Amino acid sequence: MDALLSLQNLRKYYATQKAVDDISFTIERGSIFGLLGPNGAGKTTLLRMITGIFYPDGGDIILDGRPFDALNDIQKIGYMPEERGLYKKMKIGEQALYLAQLKGLSKAEATEKIKYWFKKFEMESWWNKKVEDLSKGMSQKLQFVITVLHEPKLIILDEPFSGLDPVNANLIKDEIYALAKKGATIIFSTHRMEQVEEICDHIVLVNLGKKILDGSVAGIKQQYKQNIFSIETEAGVALPTNTAYVIVKTESNKTFVKINEGFNANDLLKQLITQNIQVVGFNEVLPSLNDIFINLVEGTHANARAFQNS
Amino acid sequence: MNKIWLIIQREYSTRVKNKRFLLLTFLMPLLIVGMIAASTYLSITGVEQRKIAVVDPNGFIKNSLKNTSQISFSFPANVDTTNYQKQGFTDILIIPKFDGDKKTNYILRSKKSMGLMLQESITNKINSAIEDQMLQDAGIHQNVLDSIHKAAQFAELKAYEDKGNTSKESNASLAMGIGYASGLLIYITMFIYGTMVMRGVMEEKTNRIAEVIISSVKPFELMMGKIIGIGAVGLTQFLLWIVLIISLTSAAAGFLPADVQHQLTSLQQNNGQMAGGMMQASESAVKIYNFQHTIATANWPLIIGCFIFYFLGGYLFYAALFAAVGSTVNEDPQDAQSLMFPITMPLILSYLITNMVTQNPNTPIAFWASIIPFSSPMVMMARVAYGVPSAVSYWELILSMLVLIAGFIFTTWLSGRIYRTGILLYGKKVTWKTLIKWAFVKG
Repeated sequence: MDALLSLQNLRKYYATQKAVDDISFTIERGSIFGLLGPNGAGKTTLLRMITGIFYPDGGDIILDGRPFDALNDIQKIGYMPEERGLYKKMKIGEQALYLAQLKGLSKAEATEKIKYWFKKFEMESWWNKKVEDLSKGMSQKLQFVITVLHEPKLIILDEPFSGLDPVNANLIKDEIYALAKKGATIIFSTHRMEQVEEICDHIVLVNLGKKILDGSVAGIKQQYKQNIFSIETEAGVALPTNTAYVIVKTESNKTFVKINEGFNANDLLKQLITQNIQVVGFNEVLPSLNDIFINLVEGTHANARAFQNS
Repeated sequence: MNKIWLIIQREYSTRVKNKRFLLLTFLMPLLIVGMIAASTYLSITGVEQRKIAVVDPNGFIKNSLKNTSQISFSFPANVDTTNYQKQGFTDILIIPKFDGDKKTNYILRSKKSMGLMLQESITNKINSAIEDQMLQDAGIHQNVLDSIHKAAQFAELKAYEDKGNTSKESNASLAMGIGYASGLLIYITMFIYGTMVMRGVMEEKTNRIAEVIISSVKPFELMMGKIIGIGAVGLTQFLLWIVLIISLTSAAAGFLPADVQHQLTSLQQNNGQMAGGMMQASESAVKIYNFQHTIATANWPLIIGCFIFYFLGGYLFYAALFAAVGSTVNEDPQDAQSLMFPITMPLILSYLITNMVTQNPNTPIAFWASIIPFSSPMVMMARVAYGVPSAVSYWELILSMLVLIAGFIFTTWLSGRIYRTGILLYGKKVTWKTLIKWAFVKG
């Protein structure tokens, strides 16, 4: 496995709480990685350590095979924070140029790249406009361009789709795929589960500063599946009771059943066949990440912590 | 280092290109020169004419009350307090019967109240009229009296300060003026540029751009870049003001009549005397020469050098503190007010001390206030105007400068620590106690 980023026993303690408490995980090069967690779980603190804004109290960050060195590795990282930040009164072209130069690009390089991206996103007419003239979605696009402009190896996006209309959201999504295909690694921090299921290869769920889930999206779903199947029958046919399953709920022609211990899907079908029930559709129902997320987080004091200082 | 340079450039160019900067830079000298011109013009022409009817039962004052450009006296019969306005007078002056050496009250009734200056000049006129009358009564002839008046000279004190073997002309009121002006200028600019730094930091924090930038540069670089960039704006403004004021004054000198200019050159060449054979210099030429001569007695290179040093030192000292306050403010600008108070208080106090020191540069308070870096930029400027080493010895000046340098290194260090925590902290109201904790407790 070729790891771009590896965190080992990372810790960051504040006076009142353990914001990040002994978290380890590895992110593969070229993968799209989802960092999930409720508000106040320690996601932002974790990301700030990866971007070199905070120093960890303990543990190691290995980037690209070497211990993370904030001063030099900053250029390899593009970070788009959750709260978008741009100078409102500064011209957009100048602003992009300034921020790209701060990332270490030369002026000529930066200008060339900005022109490329502006053309790609149809933003060429924006050069002399000010950020305050842009809509929320437009400034979101601009912020994305600024984040990926210097071709970072690691792109960290905190809630990249909030405020975007479907067209622009797809534009950014396609761009994320394209960047990953070209070899960039993307960390995607969010609590919108449907996006994670769609985009991410690998996820980690943190809560109260600890890692509580780590794996591929498919693997996690398998791990948390509850043996629920949906059986579609012809109209007006009700499923009889059966030793192989328990009916969970019924939606018109669809019945959701949970297979009992000691049985499998084939046993269930066999029984239905012997009972002469016409089966139109048969599917395994995997839990959504959203359900898994809520199951794991509910009951902890995650929300109470969100209101303390982060 | 390259990145901090980028930040400085951005802070500098966005502000210098701003319309408000240009307006302030070019209007300020015009405003000052305009105000001086307007007040001069008003003092010449704007004063109303007073026509005063005098009721003088003694009769002897009539010859001595002389008309001026503002006041004309007349002595009509049949005028009293009820009808002077109908007869076209603005005031009526009633002189009581004169009896020897008793102090008597003169009554002045007016349509419109009279200014203090005018009242004083009328009192002076009456007094000198009485004096003249008494002298004449004592047997001094009118002709003698007139010639004495003509020949009388007013004394003028010329002070010199001794410096080893040479003595140099000194001028206390000039020193006071320079000291006060430079102290005031430093005080105002400290406020303007200090709050500019604070607002810049607040803007970055509330816009959330701080987080984007801090993922590229260190917080300390961002803070220093801002402070240095805005300081350079201040310096640019000063230099432009100096250039503008010099060119405006020399342009104004060009409007002088040719003969006055000629006389002025002659005065300058001959150290205040007109060249032999030439006629007497006109009053205005002498006035301008005296003004120029007085201005030249000040040690300008020293004063300007000190001014730039104390402006920069004081600015760095206070700007760092303002930046720290800006970094702790959340969305609510009201928070800034209470946190700013401990910074603005020493500034205001220093200004008050500066006012005292301009009159008395060598009290113990003046000494200590010119060493302590909270007040030294303003107070030391007020003292330096009185001369080095006559009013401020060299060791005092050097000590004050060193303490100020140490002071701004300390405040920058302190603020850097507060700033790096504050700039990323949202939604929490910050008190001075937490600030001190950030600065000193956590590594």
